[in-house]
Amino acid sequence: MSERVAVRKTYKLFIGGKFPRSESGRSYIVQDSNVSLASRKDARDAVVAARAAVKGWAGAIAYNRGQILYRVAEMLEGRREQFVALDVPGAEVDAAVDRWVWYAGWSDKLSQVYGGANPVAGPYFNLSAPEPTGVVAVVAPEAPALLGLVSVIAPAIVGGNTVVVAASPAAPLAAVTLAEVLATSDLPGGVVNILTGRLPETVPALAAHMDVNAIDLTGVTDAELAAELEVKAAENLKRVLRPVAADHDWSADPGLGRMTALLETKTVWHPKGV
Amino acid sequence: MFEYAPAPESRSVVDIKPSYGLFIDGAFVDPADGGSFKSVNPASEEVLAEIAEGGSQDVDRAVRAARKAYEKVWGRMPGRDRAKYLFRIARLIQERSRELAVLESLDNGKPIKESRDVDIPLVAAHFFYYAGWADKLGHAGFGPDPKPLGVAAQVIPWNFPLLMLAWKIAPALAAGNTVVLKPAETTPLTALLFAEICQQADLPAGVVNIVTGAGETGRTLVEHPGVDKVAFTGSTDVGRAIARAVAGSRKKLTLELGGKAANIVFDDAPVDQAVEGIVNGIFFNQGHVCCAGSRLLVQESVADQVLESLKRRMAQLRVGDPLDKNTDIGAINSAAQLARIRELTEAGAAEGAQRWSPPCELPERGFWFAPTIFTGVTQAHRIAREEIFGPVLSVLTFRTPAEAVEKANNTPYGLSAGIWTEKGSRILWMADRLRAGVVWANTFNKFDPTSPFGGYKESGYGREGGRHGLEAYLNV
Amino acid sequence: MTATATSARSDLSELGRSETALRTFLHGLPGVDQVGAEQRAAQLGTRSIKTTAKAQAIDLAIRMVDLTTLEGADTPGKVRALAAKALRPDPADPSCPHVGAVCVYPLMVPYVAEVLRGSGVHLASVATAFPSGQAPLEVKLADTRAAVEAGADEIDMVINRGAFLAGRYSEVYDEIVATKQACGDAHLKVILETGELATYDNVRRASWLAMLAGGDFIKTSTGKVPVAATLPVTLVMLEAVRDFRAATGRQVGVKPAGGIKTTKDAIKYLVMVNETVGPDWLDPDWFRFGASSLLNDLLMQRTKLKTGVYAGPDYFTLD
Repeated sequence: MSERVAVRKTYKLFIGGKFPRSESGRSYIVQDSNVSLASRKDARDAVVAARAAVKGWAGAIAYNRGQILYRVAEMLEGRREQFVALDVPGAEVDAAVDRWVWYAGWSDKLSQVYGGANPVAGPYFNLSAPEPTGVVAVVAPEAPALLGLVSVIAPAIVGGNTVVVAASPAAPLAAVTLAEVLATSDLPGGVVNILTGRLPETVPALAAHMDVNAIDLTGVTDAELAAELEVKAAENLKRVLRPVAADHDWSADPGLGRMTALLETKTVWHPKGV
Repeated sequence: MFEYAPAPESRSVVDIKPSYGLFIDGAFVDPADGGSFKSVNPASEEVLAEIAEGGSQDVDRAVRAARKAYEKVWGRMPGRDRAKYLFRIARLIQERSRELAVLESLDNGKPIKESRDVDIPLVAAHFFYYAGWADKLGHAGFGPDPKPLGVAAQVIPWNFPLLMLAWKIAPALAAGNTVVLKPAETTPLTALLFAEICQQADLPAGVVNIVTGAGETGRTLVEHPGVDKVAFTGSTDVGRAIARAVAGSRKKLTLELGGKAANIVFDDAPVDQAVEGIVNGIFFNQGHVCCAGSRLLVQESVADQVLESLKRRMAQLRVGDPLDKNTDIGAINSAAQLARIRELTEAGAAEGAQRWSPPCELPERGFWFAPTIFTGVTQAHRIAREEIFGPVLSVLTFRTPAEAVEKANNTPYGLSAGIWTEKGSRILWMADRLRAGVVWANTFNKFDPTSPFGGYKESGYGREGGRHGLEAYLNV
Repeated sequence: MTATATSARSDLSELGRSETALRTFLHGLPGVDQVGAEQRAAQLGTRSIKTTAKAQAIDLAIRMVDLTTLEGADTPGKVRALAAKALRPDPADPSCPHVGAVCVYPLMVPYVAEVLRGSGVHLASVATAFPSGQAPLEVKLADTRAAVEAGADEIDMVINRGAFLAGRYSEVYDEIVATKQACGDAHLKVILETGELATYDNVRRASWLAMLAGGDFIKTSTGKVPVAATLPVTLVMLEAVRDFRAATGRQVGVKPAGGIKTTKDAIKYLVMVNETVGPDWLDPDWFRFGASSLLNDLLMQRTKLKTGVYAGPDYFTLD
């Protein structure tokens, strides 16, 4: 009796809530699997999807966003073994789940912690509150494959941004598997878009894209490329998160920095009178 | 007729020296290569003083002085002592407010009533506000013991010379940084008087350095490898160039750039106050305001009435001698800026918009531009898209709140916006949707040291003012 | 303005016939933002009026004074002296103009009339159960008629604030219409008592109500409640007369009263008139100050401008 022939998974891109192949029809092999090799056109499509999702996601009530992020944690917990099968250590999966839970709780606290009333010298109500900056391009760190990825996506989206993530070229399987988690977590399509492939192909296009509001260069290890991307980002004055040090401790308390770097502060004035 | 007689503020209160050196390491020094330029009174084209032009050696010297002061004195000084120096500076500004106001109006061309009632009081308030933060940084929400960055390179514009200096220097010093500041080429005088105030306050040498010069001096300063932080207020084009220049460096960057704010007037607006807000929004400081309400979006159903009221009100604006206490609109800051305003307004007329100015006599000498509105403007016109930075208002109409939001946001800028309506829920609905860092509802052009200011999109990043303003100068 | 400028002139005269129409109209007037209005008034107050402009303003202000005494202790002797002062405010200087009017209680009108007859100085009388207005309409109308018969050519009536605040606009309107009829040829000034109206929105509505009902002047205050004339209240009223003329073609005067004591204050009001409604209102026929002590300060400042020396109160009559 022959052994059952396994059904293999096709690892595709994640754009607008769907899993398309690269429009270029190309793929590359990682861990014995073919992975889509995203093109600049795919990057553009991902930005369009991300932009389309901004209105709904940024406009969603914070409680709702928090519940969806918590739902991601639930789904990830349930798929723990899939990641372990991709050589992600179990402890890392646990940490990634916990990170979703941590950020989920921030959705309805950021405005209170990072905003507030300003006691201006006059008869005015004056309130500052954080708002999402819009579409954020994210270069995910190479390692840890899952925790690093979650640690850059969650802080970007919890405040209402949508993201186009360039997954680490070396660890795309975890990224696509995470996309499957996201796709089953009530997260609206387009809030997170994931591109697999070569960074030099997609990331410069994202850095230069005039409809991207911020870029997180965390996963860029080549200093020269980072500088070049920053120069491109200057064209429309994208907010830039610079690369982190090689020895960055991803298990440490992330703090507010990653969230606030991708938020705008809006201050509203109104006279007080009768 | 009731004609107001001239009511000039006396300029005898200021003592302008024939020439000024650079303020480096606590003393006024000559520039290494001896270059200089002239600062001119834009209302008369009279030369006010000869100003040293800082070159690369001077910038280097200033950065080294700032570094030394940071490492030896200011960076390690307890916050409570830094606070006392800042309070001292704030008090000196109040004590010398008349002098500062007159000097600002002479050098910049802005009406004395604005430098006296807006600029200088806000300068003092800004130092007072940040003085209080110096020994409370651990409570600012950036961790228990946030650290300064080091040496800050600061480049400021000519529209609010001393106020922009205060916005830059006060938070930098409160957080424990030292600074090298380059004032704008056309308006260096109050910064140099501020240097004297630093001496009078016994501020340790090198904590504040003022290097005067033009664009090249500024470029040299922000590109200097010895600076840890770059803060710039000015045009979006220069901001972009600075962002490129610091790419790949460790320098923390904040930018406060241009704007093309929509001032949105609904049919249920408190119309008399809205008209005041429109006037204040675009004619305050000759329209040389990055957050100026340069696009009036008025609901079509009331457009005629609002425009009629606006024109009647504009006819009351008094253009002329900046030192006259009754002047509402002073001089355009420079010949170059006047040329830019003329070019854009000519483009507006050529593109088919209708131009209107009240009858007003402009002085013969100096740089002047009558308050102007353009009606029949569409989103496609240059005057609806480009920052004019002058007393020129483009008027557009809309029919629904959603259309107002769409038009207001249809710009690469995102600094400010105005909403005029008596309906509270509509204000909040609009405020949520406007992509702008400051939203003034039923008011406009209000500033306060406690209130964060800064833009979305190409209007720059980072906030100045309030607790948020500290973040730009802390290693967080 | 939205409601006014778009309404045809004929419509406005019909408004008083229906409580609903009146309410709809008054509540359709654009709101007033308190902070913005007060800031505008304060800004106008920073105008610096010097030398020739100041001299011109002082003489104009003197001509606009409604020299007022409204005391229970007023006597024929007191009001005669006041009337004499109205005619020749500065006996030492014949170039000094006379004031706009003398304003007294109805009982005092005959004594003032004797002095003012033929002088061009108007004689104003408060009426309609001034200052509270809390009397039956017939009593108020009788009060008015008595004052006019005794020689008053201007009547300063009070509106029924209670009815206004309770939203009974027709009642207020009808009283003004009736008082206007009782006035005959005398000009009617309608006192809104803005200190009791609490909001600028109410000041604007009351201004329109008074104008719609036929008032020739709208006046801020009786001077008998703690808050009298203020710059922002006057600003709102000036905006109202400006818009009313634009809508109807009829010009209505404005009279701030109470609390205006110094030349500096008076000049701030004149600047406000100048820059809000323009030169058409810079005339005693269209703008008055209800005041008593203001006159002596104007005279002192006038002398200072002429002589270059600061005067003292001993040099001016205290009538």
